Amino acid sequence: MDPQAAKYIGAGIAALALGGAGIGLGILFGNFMNGALRNPAASAKLFGNMMLTFALVEATGLIAFVVAMLILFAA
Amino acid sequence: MKMKPGPAGPYENGVGIVAAQEHHSPLEQFRIEHIGGHLSLGGYDISFNNSALWMLIAVAAITVFMLIGIRKQAVVPGRWQALVEFLYDFVANMLKENVGSEGRKYFPWVFSIFMFVLFCNLFGLLPKSFTVTSHIIVTFALAMMVFLIVTAIGFIRHGFHFLSFFVPKGAPVWLLPLMIPIEVISYFIRPMSLSVRLFANMVAGHVMLVVLGSFVLPLGLAGAYISGIVPVAAITAIIGLEFLIACLQAYVFTILTCIYLNDAVHMHH
Repeated sequence: MDPQAAKYIGAGIAALALGGAGIGLGILFGNFMNGALRNPAASAKLFGNMMLTFALVEATGLIAFVVAMLILFAA
Repeated sequence: MKMKPGPAGPYENGVGIVAAQEHHSPLEQFRIEHIGGHLSLGGYDISFNNSALWMLIAVAAITVFMLIGIRKQAVVPGRWQALVEFLYDFVANMLKENVGSEGRKYFPWVFSIFMFVLFCNLFGLLPKSFTVTSHIIVTFALAMMVFLIVTAIGFIRHGFHFLSFFVPKGAPVWLLPLMIPIEVISYFIRPMSLSVRLFANMVAGHVMLVVLGSFVLPLGLAGAYISGIVPVAAITAIIGLEFLIACLQAYVFTILTCIYLNDAVHMHH
């Protein structure tokens, strides 16, 4: 296979990790809405925790992005 | 990532020409450029560059911002003073909730980290500016500083008893050969995860903006100038998201510093 083509395919495969980040964000926001609708009084406290977790979950997807960028431009 | 110059056919509508001309690496914006002369010391390149320039701008802006905020010290704060007090309270509460009253003496350090990361992230969003936190070496240096200081605090407060931090409480003895290496690895991976999180968020956001920006002209030319509105609208929304991310990542960096600090100050709570 042409190494250049293999590079692009590899970068594309690395982007699949976004699916995992998407599932994580779905669970996170879904559960936040669930909790906030059941107990609206607690939603302000939940929101801070949710934002922290959001950043942590999103970082996982971004590490896949870093891998894709490394494959495309650094390797 | 270069486009191959093909036959003239596909370029007739002008889309291909623009795409070919505008097509450069979206990582171009993170290039370090020397400002002024070239300096080297002991084989290392220590010349002044745009990264150092924007760090200095951030530090100067923080200093001016804080000094103007505390100049009057009114009982009923004005707008500027209220903003400074809000940021102070925000970090002070974060420290109190995570570390408790013993964390108070580390407040200046944690507050400096928060303000520096916040201002560097926000200045990166200005047009034509340079995002200091988009370089892994900068975020890694910050994370390593956090890691080393926190470890030093742990050893100073608890002496060699701090090493028992790596022995999970209540775990059965036969599991310890497995648990202790895991705890040690997860402790030493902290500077990596802390730095990569901030760096990847900043790079991904800015790359996304440039990639979307490179769609504007080709798409506008393709659809009678109207279809170019779509990427412009997307960029406008993404810029809003980027402001959120810039503040959120400063918050996350600081709160993780607080959590690590808590581990060192009160081992195992």
